[in-house]
Amino acid sequence: MKKNHSVKRARFMSHFFTYLFLVILSIIVIYPLLITASTAFKTGNVGAFTLDFSSGWTLSNFSRLFSETMYGTWYKNTLIIAISTMIFQVLIITLAGYTYSRYRFVGRKKSLKFFLVIQMVPTMAALTAFYVMALLLNALDQPWFLTLIYIGGGIPMNTWLMKGYFDTVPIDLDESAKLDGAGHFRIFWQIILPLVKPMIAVQALWAFMGPFGDFMLAKFLLRSPESITVAVGLQTFINNSRDQKIALFSAGAILIALPISVLFFFLQKNFVSGLLSGGTKG
Amino acid sequence: MKDVENQSTVKKAMLLSLIPGLGQFKNKQAFKGIIFLGIFLVFVFEFIFFGFSALQGFITLGTEPIVDHSLFMLIEGTLQLIITFLFIVFYVLNIKDAKTIAMRWQRGEKVHTTAKSIMLNVFDEGFAYILTFPAYIVMTVSIIFPVLVTLFMAFTNYDFKHIPPAGLIDWVGFKNFFSIFFLSSYRDTFISVLGWTLIWTICASTLQIVLGVATAVISNQSFIKGKRLFGVIFLLPWAVPAFITIMSFSNIFNDSIGAVNTQILPLLNHLPLIDISPIAWKTDPFWTKTAIIMIQGWLGFPYIYVMTTGILQSIPEELYEAAKIDGANALQRFRTITLPMILYVAAPIFVTQYTGNFNNFSMIYLFNNGGPGSVGGGAGSTDILISWIYKLTTGNAPQYSVAAAITLIISFIVIGVSLMVFKKTKAFDMEGM
Repeated sequence: MKKNHSVKRARFMSHFFTYLFLVILSIIVIYPLLITASTAFKTGNVGAFTLDFSSGWTLSNFSRLFSETMYGTWYKNTLIIAISTMIFQVLIITLAGYTYSRYRFVGRKKSLKFFLVIQMVPTMAALTAFYVMALLLNALDQPWFLTLIYIGGGIPMNTWLMKGYFDTVPIDLDESAKLDGAGHFRIFWQIILPLVKPMIAVQALWAFMGPFGDFMLAKFLLRSPESITVAVGLQTFINNSRDQKIALFSAGAILIALPISVLFFFLQKNFVSGLLSGGTKG
Repeated sequence: MKDVENQSTVKKAMLLSLIPGLGQFKNKQAFKGIIFLGIFLVFVFEFIFFGFSALQGFITLGTEPIVDHSLFMLIEGTLQLIITFLFIVFYVLNIKDAKTIAMRWQRGEKVHTTAKSIMLNVFDEGFAYILTFPAYIVMTVSIIFPVLVTLFMAFTNYDFKHIPPAGLIDWVGFKNFFSIFFLSSYRDTFISVLGWTLIWTICASTLQIVLGVATAVISNQSFIKGKRLFGVIFLLPWAVPAFITIMSFSNIFNDSIGAVNTQILPLLNHLPLIDISPIAWKTDPFWTKTAIIMIQGWLGFPYIYVMTTGILQSIPEELYEAAKIDGANALQRFRTITLPMILYVAAPIFVTQYTGNFNNFSMIYLFNNGGPGSVGGGAGSTDILISWIYKLTTGNAPQYSVAAAITLIISFIVIGVSLMVFKKTKAFDMEGM
């Protein structure tokens, strides 16, 4: 009888502390996000960055964002860079991943190893060179240069992932199509490609989100107010301690965070399973 | 007798191909021969009219200011080195090709001799190369070439005193590395920045890993209601782009207007026995360091949480049942089953957390611009190596070559650590998010 009671108590305690942990952590996660979200709707001159609903609500910060600052231009710049990065990177890694998965050619193993080694070289290993190259090529402020680096930086790693995913598609499919007289292109387009759509979707979204989330390279290579991306632009609202546009910053942050988070949640399910099945084994 | 003859024709084809194309002519592959010879001639011309002077310029880096632009010479020289390397690869392949085709003739196998059949064969055999070609071109331009330029730059004296074309750049060997390690002005800064970089990396990464694993283990218990809701909440810090949350935190921790000092601390002070006065988050190095480590824990735990949850769900229930029967309590079960399993699968992922934080530029730069204060050499008290490089490159008195040298040192550290771990675990899946 007594034993039963103490078991019950222990269970209650463990449940209680579990929930306590989860609730406290949830509060810690949500609180800062909520501050930013609520500040975007505050009226008047915002002097404090706290969770506070007393001042009333307004949408004016969003309209001011587009009328008083260059936020619209920054957003357009980022979109252009993100979309071009997505298109080219997906094209390149799909072709390369397919090749490494399906063809046996001279130098295949060696070049795959090379991909692995290159992938360990952090993009920042070339930081100074990027800057100097941009100076020489007059590419400071040029979106194409930044896009090129984004595309190149993602190739080694994602080619591996892509190859791993192609490997999960049975090779018998290709063989039987070959027997039916299908050429290289037809096998690729009509038979294999439809089967790897989930991974292509994941890769496309990652490639698209990359430029939205990158601050370092954009900060390095973009200078003038009309050519910067949202990440760099947003920082100009708060990096001047005398003139902080906190409400505008928050409004701008929401307009980036919302679509990106939605994409992220939409992608996240695919992403873990895609990675687990796309695990590479040589 | 025949064997010897065979051997000699194969040798002949290879020898002839010392001038690319000739061996192919001998193998009756005129079309291939023309193309190979063409590539060879193009390279020879390129070398005579551009390559030779490019390599010469690369060695001298210019002798006359204004006339010679050292930087262009460095970059053109690097380009020429890559071209030369590619030509050498082609050269070796051409000799190999002469050999294999000659062997085929010997064995009486089918050889493509007409232009059309060679083309078709190239398309069939070389399809793989055609498809991977774009990947290599883009990688060369955006990774390999810049990394090489950085590598060479680290051995020059390129800085604000030597700006081409008015000034000349010279090779100075290991001088930059020497001054980083031995010259007091740089050494002290380097040591203090490196020290903090290591402390930052270890504390922040360990915190986010421990928090992520703990959250996964705790929220994975069977009795919990609302699992999905908690799951979505814990993913939020990963879903929102990091630079946004870092900037928000930069405001939240603001000494005078931030929520921590004006809202959270007063709220906590209502509790008995707690009395905390406002903290100098942005003006005291110690508190800035504390803040960024905590924030990185907040930012980084969801990723670990997701991965660990995936691993936990793949551990067979029978293992736990068997352990229960053997009389293991919850803690023992965790220590002997759960933890080893997590470590076994997720070790490479944990390593990427450490290497990622080692170069976490956004966190340092956006929270407090590497400040407060300074530790000399242009670095602030919370600058890590990567943000110090940024300041050295883009400051008022740029030290390009020193920045390049530090970049190399960092890259070696990161690549070294990654290689060690990957060699140990043989796992390169699931990393690099």
